[in-house]
Amino acid sequence: MVALAGCGGTTRGSDAAEGDGGAGNERSANPDAEIQEGLKIAFLPKEIDNPYMTIMDEGGITAVSETGGEGKAVGPSDASASSQVSYINTLIQQQQDAIVIAANDPNAVAPALKDAMSQDIAVVTVDSDAAPDARHVFVNQASSEEIARTQVEMVAEQIGGSGKIAILSATPNATNQNAWIDIMKEELKKPEYADIELVATVYGDDDDQKSFQEAQALLRTHPDLKGIVAPTTVGIAAAARYLSSSPHKGKVALTGLGTPNQMRQFVKNGTVTEFALWDPAELGYLAGYAAAALASGQISGEEGETFEAGKLGERTIGADGEVILGPPTVFNADNIDDYDF
Amino acid sequence: MSRLLRWEGVLLVLCVAVLAYGAATTDGFAEQGNISFLLLDYSEVALLAIALLPIVLTGEIDLSVASTLGFCSALTGTLWEAGLPFETIVPLVLLAGAVLGSVNAVLVVYFGLPSLAVTIGTLGLYRGLAYVLLGDRAVTGFPANYRPLATDSLGFLPYATMLVLVVGVAVALLVHVTPVGRSLYAIGLNTQTARFSGIRVDRVKLALFVLSGALAALASLIYTLRYNSARADNANGMELVAVAAVLLGGVSIFGGRGTVLGVATALLAMAGLRNVLFLDDVSNEIQNVITGLLLIVSVLVPVVFKPRRTKDVPLEKPTSDTGGDPGGGRARGLRRDHQGIGRGGG
Repeated sequence: MVALAGCGGTTRGSDAAEGDGGAGNERSANPDAEIQEGLKIAFLPKEIDNPYMTIMDEGGITAVSETGGEGKAVGPSDASASSQVSYINTLIQQQQDAIVIAANDPNAVAPALKDAMSQDIAVVTVDSDAAPDARHVFVNQASSEEIARTQVEMVAEQIGGSGKIAILSATPNATNQNAWIDIMKEELKKPEYADIELVATVYGDDDDQKSFQEAQALLRTHPDLKGIVAPTTVGIAAAARYLSSSPHKGKVALTGLGTPNQMRQFVKNGTVTEFALWDPAELGYLAGYAAAALASGQISGEEGETFEAGKLGERTIGADGEVILGPPTVFNADNIDDYDF
Repeated sequence: MSRLLRWEGVLLVLCVAVLAYGAATTDGFAEQGNISFLLLDYSEVALLAIALLPIVLTGEIDLSVASTLGFCSALTGTLWEAGLPFETIVPLVLLAGAVLGSVNAVLVVYFGLPSLAVTIGTLGLYRGLAYVLLGDRAVTGFPANYRPLATDSLGFLPYATMLVLVVGVAVALLVHVTPVGRSLYAIGLNTQTARFSGIRVDRVKLALFVLSGALAALASLIYTLRYNSARADNANGMELVAVAAVLLGGVSIFGGRGTVLGVATALLAMAGLRNVLFLDDVSNEIQNVITGLLLIVSVLVPVVFKPRRTKDVPLEKPTSDTGGDPGGGRARGLRRDHQGIGRGGG
């Protein structure tokens, strides 16, 4: 399954953010510094056999070799909270120049990452952030606004700009999905979407069976429904499976966030026209360049600094050391075979 | 006894070989920071293995130790979130661990159920209860004045490892010096004869399972503070590493044979090996293959080198390997007297 969301950490009051002697982690930046040759940069995924993570790391290793460095991916075989800590210790002992990590638990890895930072190792989080004081830069997929807007644009186009739509989400308390849904509702208030009516938001709990049944129920309750938006990879795949074997196939539009491998057959058989997701290879690629720029002293993780990210062009560090990949990639019959994740 | 010492000798050689290999070939292995991490990283496993050792000596097993750890970690998080001071949480969590252990004990001792089945059940049950408490959330922000106890070191020796050493020495004294310890071997060799010789088998087993729960709770406190993260999936699957250390340490899974020294050496060898393999970028799958093979060899070697063990005396426990052990001797002598009677009970 694709990890859409970082793990939510519950913090208690203000004492959560206090550092373990945060001094000594400051890096200085010289914008004119050259990217050093032969940098050793390690990618530490949530788990080593997760296809999404593998593609992300391959993108990162590509970026590192473009800078003349040496990239590698190591990681645990289970995505438990603490299994990455042994790897961080190992990478410190191996004196890597930078660590790029997709954190399983934002706090469990924080002390180890701070150790790494205190030994002058550049730390980049990608896809799932760690505690902000335990990394220099966080490379994030896309802003919530962009993800929500892309989905509204897709569904509006696919239903011809008017009609009833519904949302099939994950769990009722899923942080990411709820944020997107709120923005989607705001977006739908715009004049160009005046003829579109959101009639229901249902929850498949990111469970295949439940999502399938919810999709089925939606069409029974709203026979004149014209489109479904599923902002979760589990939901969109289950809804596509239901639609493809129902009389609604091709008549009810389905879009949202999905992976090309899950959705390929439904795009080819005409159930789904277009859906979106960020490209994990590009996410890793951007993180690889950010790590090289950090390790070379070109950037330090401060807001406003810029660096070159190969084919992705110049990127700027935003608030809280965050770099955003950009709008999600839209997949359709023309390009879906170019992706394998 | 001599066989036991020989196995511990083999382990010691293995351990020294691993450490020497690491120091000689792998950059960064012998550094103080790495050695202290290596020790720290195995502190929870070591506590679970120490908890398991006396139980396995009696021929029982407790597979719920890591789930008990997970539950106690989730409980620590829940209580901390509820605003209890950490000083109050520590005794409550230790008590909770002991209660979970006593549930195992009651099912095994008073209902006479096999501990393998009981603790496979509670392995799932306690982990499930941990999820009931915390779901997939994580609680963090544990007090900064206690966390160094689980993360920092004096020289190369982490404080957590010191605690493990204290517990280990205490259990070693219990097992190898006290009459209770000798009774563990007697129970493991033959429960019936142990009973007949006046050993309070039920009471001993009860105490061991409660101790196991409490030690798992202690491990949970280290774990939670070390990662500054209380989660229901903490230490998921760690029971297998602990059982592996106990078996590799030369403890017979059938009971009656094994030493604390053996388990301690096995733990050090496993921790060193894991660390070296990590530093050499050996993938997780290959690491599992290597530890798996090592474990099979450790169980196989004593069997292969025991030609005198024959199949025609099914209840006859091996005698040669406990020759010098007073408990074993006592049990063996008694078994001769009660041989006919002991068969039926089990």
